[in-house]
Amino acid sequence: MLEIQGIAVSDGISFAKAYCLKDPDLSFEKVTVLDIQEELERFKTARGKAKKELQEIYEIAQVKFGADKAAIFAAHLLVLEDPEMIAAAESKIVSGMNAEYALDEVANMYIEMFEGIDNIYLQERVADIRDVSKRILGHLLGIEMVDMNRLTSDVVIVAADLTPSMTAMLDTKYVKGFITDIGGKTSHSAILARTLEIPAVVGTKNATQVIQQGTTIILDGTNGKIIVNPTSEVLSFYKQQHKQHIAAYEELLQYRSMASFSADGCAIEIAGNIGKPEDVDMVLNAGGDGIGLFRTEFLYMGRQELPSEEEQFQAYRSVLEKMQGKPTIVRTLDIGGDKHLPYLKLSAEMNPFLGYRAIRISLTQHDIFREQLRALLRAGVYGHLKIMFPMIATLDEFLSAKAILLEEQQYLKNNGYLVAENIEIGIMIEIPSAAIIADIFAKEVDFFSIGTNDLIQYTLAADRMNENVSYLYQPYHPAVLRLIKNVIVAAHQQGKWVGMCGEMAADEIAIPILLGLGLNEFSMSASSILKTRAHIAKLSKQQSKLHIERILLLSTADEVKEYVKRHLISP
Amino acid sequence: MKKMYKITAPEGLHARPAALLVTAVTPFECDVALTYKEKSVNLKSIMGVMAQGVTPGSIVEISAEGPDAEKLFQTVTEVLISKGIGEEC
Repeated sequence: MLEIQGIAVSDGISFAKAYCLKDPDLSFEKVTVLDIQEELERFKTARGKAKKELQEIYEIAQVKFGADKAAIFAAHLLVLEDPEMIAAAESKIVSGMNAEYALDEVANMYIEMFEGIDNIYLQERVADIRDVSKRILGHLLGIEMVDMNRLTSDVVIVAADLTPSMTAMLDTKYVKGFITDIGGKTSHSAILARTLEIPAVVGTKNATQVIQQGTTIILDGTNGKIIVNPTSEVLSFYKQQHKQHIAAYEELLQYRSMASFSADGCAIEIAGNIGKPEDVDMVLNAGGDGIGLFRTEFLYMGRQELPSEEEQFQAYRSVLEKMQGKPTIVRTLDIGGDKHLPYLKLSAEMNPFLGYRAIRISLTQHDIFREQLRALLRAGVYGHLKIMFPMIATLDEFLSAKAILLEEQQYLKNNGYLVAENIEIGIMIEIPSAAIIADIFAKEVDFFSIGTNDLIQYTLAADRMNENVSYLYQPYHPAVLRLIKNVIVAAHQQGKWVGMCGEMAADEIAIPILLGLGLNEFSMSASSILKTRAHIAKLSKQQSKLHIERILLLSTADEVKEYVKRHLISP
Repeated sequence: MKKMYKITAPEGLHARPAALLVTAVTPFECDVALTYKEKSVNLKSIMGVMAQGVTPGSIVEISAEGPDAEKLFQTVTEVLISKGIGEEC
């Protein structure tokens, strides 16, 4: 038995076999073969196995993700069966090379050739060639390749890191949790784990090195603990814990159909954050009062080209229809930073979080922005739509974005479309400059939504993806709290409302502070909605308010935490 | 047999259109080649076709010899037109 400690990012306990997503060792020797016929046969058999595998994946992917996303595997099949590539490899085998070496040589020749052509489509094909040649090579070497699309039993994924698109592809029918070597509380995979409601532990540093494929593990996403090869006593202890976890959850279910009120009867709104139209169901199941953040970038990710206006319209419409008139805040494209779209050809940057991302891209690549706004405005007819712009740093940015939105609204009307009128237009507050001049913004916007993950990162100047500075991710830091207060006060002076869609909105310690500051809407992962509603139901807003001034005078995050625990949570 | 086609797909004969074309001709028995800028490649090879880097508006020559060549050209023309990849010229 072995214990690994990591960062707990998504609650719950899982028991399953480890499924390690690490690149297998595909190294081989160059040898001269004597029996050429046998070597050709070996090559053919390996290709046959790879083909069968790919066809299976292709079929599964079509059902699971639709023809569009599955097309990548159809392309892999074409590469696998490419007569020129096969002939070139075979001729090398005939000249005495072993199949592994011949295949590698030919694949590298194509890779070099494609890399040399100045064309993004062709450069992307390099990844396909690599994938396919690795698959054949694996069969030649008798190594079983890992493949998330072919899961047939419960597993816990163990990986160095999970990219957002990989996480989006996880099939929760079999994936019961995941463990990664790197990452923190706010990495995208962590956020997605909470959205998918599967336990997750990240930042374990060496999980991929110590956990073997197929080992039984217990994943405790609540305490950040992983137990490898548990003894039967430990296993039964955790099964007991799991039962309690379920019982606690069932207890929470009574809050599902309740309105969100503080103990002293103040109404607030508890909404859900979503990434895909399907996630709406989880928010509704948890009795969410609305959608506080619809991250539209997932419509753009894991594909080869921009989604069309029609495709976006359908996605937004389905979300708005499902929400049946409950407020739904859609954030316009927030790409850049750690979220890439290969087909946009954005260049790599030294400081991506301080670089060309979010509204900055929308305001330079108008076509993409206008298309998204048209899709949104048309869909707005089907529900209660609010639109917000991410990463606003200056008033000019907001005014330009708003002007474009109004232009598109007029354009649609002129062309006979039904469009939503009087849509509330807001901004995300995630850059300190915007928080500081919130009074100026408050005159122009309809609402604010505070994105704490980035606001904290920018306020404390600490990259939230960098583990070495993760101690600086301090939601209770007095500077962060003062900025939040500034935003809420400024908005309320102009009669505008403020929500929060960052991690802090579901944080047990932060909630009483936010309540006391007068935050109007708390938006979070669907899995946190009931817990938060239950928590708020026990807190008095007036009581919290009385403590705010003293809290804002405290010097450190730790002092704030201690104070809230002592005076507000268990007074 | 040979025929000239003009490629009209906005991205040229890259990934998606090349895949459609290769998939369409692969089942045919006869050999088929695509010539562009005096360089010929096997039209059944996705990598060969893509490596040609055929740009939108270019004229390519497709040639095939064999028993089912005529049927093959019908298919090629059909695929090119119906998928908006190109037209006969």
